[in-house]
Amino acid sequence: MPINTSIKGDELTVVVEGRFDFSAHQEFRDAYEDADSGVNKYVIDMAKASYLDSSALGMLLLLRDHAGGESANVRISRCNADVKKILTISNFEQLFTIE
Amino acid sequence: MDETPLHILVADDNQSDRMILCAIVKKMGHSVCEAADGNEAINQFLEHKPDIILLDVIMPNLNGQQAAKSIKALAGEDMVPIIFLTSLQEASDLATCLESGGDDFISKPYNKIILQAKINAFSRMLKMHNTLQDQRDVIRENNEHMRHEQQVARAVYDNVAHSGCLDLPNIKHMLSPFSIFNGDVLLAARKPSGSIHILLGDFTGHGLPAAIGAMPLAEIFYGMTAKGFFMVDILREINIKLKKILPVGYFCCTCMVNLSFRRQEIEVWMGGLPDFGLYRKETGEIERIKSNHLPLGVLSSQAFDADTATFRFIPGDKLYMWSDGIIEARNTEGELFGDERLFAIFDEPDSELFFDNILKNVNQFAGENGRDDDTTLLELSMVDESEIAKVDIDLSSGAVTGPTDWNMVYTLRDETLKTFNPLPVMLNILNDVPALRNLSGQLYTLMAELFSNAFEHGVLGLSSDLKKTADGFAEYYRLRNIAMESLKDTFVKFDFDLEPLDKGGKLTIVVEDSGEGFKYDNNNFNLKSEDNSAYCGRGIPLIYSLCDSLIYFGKGNKVQVCLSWKTQLEE
Repeated sequence: MPINTSIKGDELTVVVEGRFDFSAHQEFRDAYEDADSGVNKYVIDMAKASYLDSSALGMLLLLRDHAGGESANVRISRCNADVKKILTISNFEQLFTIE
Repeated sequence: MDETPLHILVADDNQSDRMILCAIVKKMGHSVCEAADGNEAINQFLEHKPDIILLDVIMPNLNGQQAAKSIKALAGEDMVPIIFLTSLQEASDLATCLESGGDDFISKPYNKIILQAKINAFSRMLKMHNTLQDQRDVIRENNEHMRHEQQVARAVYDNVAHSGCLDLPNIKHMLSPFSIFNGDVLLAARKPSGSIHILLGDFTGHGLPAAIGAMPLAEIFYGMTAKGFFMVDILREINIKLKKILPVGYFCCTCMVNLSFRRQEIEVWMGGLPDFGLYRKETGEIERIKSNHLPLGVLSSQAFDADTATFRFIPGDKLYMWSDGIIEARNTEGELFGDERLFAIFDEPDSELFFDNILKNVNQFAGENGRDDDTTLLELSMVDESEIAKVDIDLSSGAVTGPTDWNMVYTLRDETLKTFNPLPVMLNILNDVPALRNLSGQLYTLMAELFSNAFEHGVLGLSSDLKKTADGFAEYYRLRNIAMESLKDTFVKFDFDLEPLDKGGKLTIVVEDSGEGFKYDNNNFNLKSEDNSAYCGRGIPLIYSLCDSLIYFGKGNKVQVCLSWKTQLEE
């Protein structure tokens, strides 16, 4: 599953495609760890993601931790219904801005 | 080019041909051994373990083809390339050579360049074969070692994670291991009061990481449940522990349930699991219970939210709990089983079939494809407490002698009443008295009833009548929350007095609360429910049945119970 990134100002956008699961672990991690140190806002664009599993939820928590934990600014955007459902079941809206 | 020197067996009955061939091979840098017929070739093979064999087809005693068969059989898994030396020209003869186990042939008279090329080719193949074989052996050995370790660990894990009281007659369950370890945890235990705690957990990932987290989780669950802690205290403790030990990104989706037989209700905390189904016998309908929390191990203890939801649960009602493996079972087209298919199963009129139908439908759907997650399913039914065995309290620990003559007063005020469960602390003290340890189940129920009367009906002033209907049930908890917000100058005071008697002892408990009290009749507690609902709602017949005497004082906000016992004679 390919992961693409783009940076605009201090905002890093990570575009996730297809099944977001453990196989994306390293790539997803590299996507934000390799980013410029000036980044302090993160957007995960899920428009092309079909599904995510619990290890993907774990990866999102890792990103949140990397982005400053409680003070992290991470938005998860353009989720399809399945992806949104999984995020809702896990009550991730308490930790992330889901739009 | 590959120039590793090899050990080569040359077998030819014609001495001059053999010498020529040996000379060529030696010149290439290889060492040789010789044989003059098939039998000798086999013996040389056994003795010298050559890397490659050059074998003449037509030889006395045992010909080349027969020798090749024997040598290949003796070599077993080892690769021993055999190149036939032949003056035969017929294609069928050459084919027979290969069928008997030869790997190649070379025609007489020998062309040195071709011979060298063939030996080199087989040398490369040999090297590759040996590397593969070595790697396979290492992998096989590691794998066996790991499997053995996992089997032992699995046994330990099963003892910890799947023990408890899952075998109670009102619980049906199914766990399917995805790998040797299962990311799912299913725990059940009885509280000293007879209530049941159930925990279904689904750790991120499978195998070792999941199994390791399950250990402390199970320990806390069983340990605290046996001591009579409330569900929310146990969840807080597990959350802190998991947050501390699990790396970021690992967590446990969890649902914990407290089933109270006497109150006929279930209390549920749910984080990160798909909707559960609550079947109502009265209406035949299925109600959804939703996760409203983050999984355990994500939030810090300050941010952790232990709010629970309480549902009326009367005999015939059933709760269905599952891990996401059920919903995420896939068919051969990669389609998910899904929530809708799952809830459609409850359209069946006979609730006895639900459990089996869920399993049957999921298996049929996933078919050969199997399941790609851990799947756990549990059905919890409400039954009359008499259908369930009595709680088996572990008396194996604790001193034989203990305090036998003491008094203690313990007063809980506003803030403490809101958040703290005093029962484990008080029971701990009472359990230091050896004779009371034998009564701890009875004692817990007694204390729990006295405390809930003093707090819920006394301090909070709630009427137990409300809980008789489903609507009133919700109303009861709404009013309870409101009352909790405005506690001021309230208290519940426990006074324990333990005195030794000849060949036994006596415990007197006086409980007083700041509430308004109620109308009582000290001479008539054992009334049937229809005669006096205030008694029944307060569990007074139950309290009465557990102690020797029960007396209310004043306006009904102070009660005294006595419990006495005879010391059992040494056997």
